[in-house]
Amino acid sequence: MRTQPSVEVGTEWGIVSARQAGRELAKEVGFNNVDQARIATAISELARNIYLYTENGVIELEVVEKDALKGMKIIARDDGPGIENIRDVMEDGYSSSGGLGAGLPGVKRLLDEFDIESELGNGTVISTIKWLR
Amino acid sequence: MRIPILKLGKYLLISIQVELDDQTAIQFQEDLLNRIHQEGSQGIVIDLTSVDMIDSYIAKVIGDVVKMSNLMGAKVVLTGIQPAVAITLVEMGVSLNEVHTALDLEQGLETLQQELEG
Ligand SMILES: Nc1ncnc2c1ncn2[C@@H]1O[C@H](COP(=O)(O)OP(=O)(O)OP(=O)(O)O)[C@@H](O)[C@H]1O
Ligand SMILES: [Mg+2]
Repeated sequence: MRTQPSVEVGTEWGIVSARQAGRELAKEVGFNNVDQARIATAISELARNIYLYTENGVIELEVVEKDALKGMKIIARDDGPGIENIRDVMEDGYSSSGGLGAGLPGVKRLLDEFDIESELGNGTVISTIKWLR
Repeated sequence: MRIPILKLGKYLLISIQVELDDQTAIQFQEDLLNRIHQEGSQGIVIDLTSVDMIDSYIAKVIGDVVKMSNLMGAKVVLTGIQPAVAITLVEMGVSLNEVHTALDLEQGLETLQQELEG
């Protein structure tokens, strides 16, 4: 198991760095072109949310193995305001910022595992995995 | 980073070759609308052959620039969307509704010609 250095998302450049780092690691792990795009897109969504809704946060990338499965873990971690109603934000079209509201529900569809933990005033951790098939 | 906008006869041609960060995307929106205004362009082709990822924000910027161009009286055709990009956009649930698309630049120009000249 290898842990990549986490990417800080303080500025919008952090969004680009995070998704580039993600695509590179995805390539290394052996994900095909389409999965690389899924992973890069998911990271971009998570990083943009950090950029938009929090002061700063990080994207952590990690190669994971379970039984015969290999995959890539993507964690978005911030100490921002937290999310009050997780059920609302997981609905397609819900946005507090005039966005498409496609971000979080989209990330869930692009990847295989999706877990969100959030505490008001304390921040949000979104933990996801894409398995290599 | 600025995206170059080429003039090809009556049309404007944009081939996006750079990593689309937010700033570049917004700058492009403004630059394109200004050029349409200056040149009186009725047709625009935006070629996305080199773009390997479109997230919901960039999709919104592209969708908006198409709508804005339409408002000004110009038709936009998007060309060269990669298979992986098409797949992720649909899975994300982002529909670029009412946006004209074509397989490549050549077909994009043909689409414009048919639309504008009948
Ligand atoms: N890390 C976060 N901290 C606090 N609130 C968040 C965070 N991420 C998302 N949210 C909230 O969840 C809502 C939904 O997020 P989502 O990414 O699905 O859509 P969006 O960012 O509003 O629009 P889009 O991603 O389509 O541009 C956001 O509008 C915001 O209110
Ligand atoms: Mg978002």
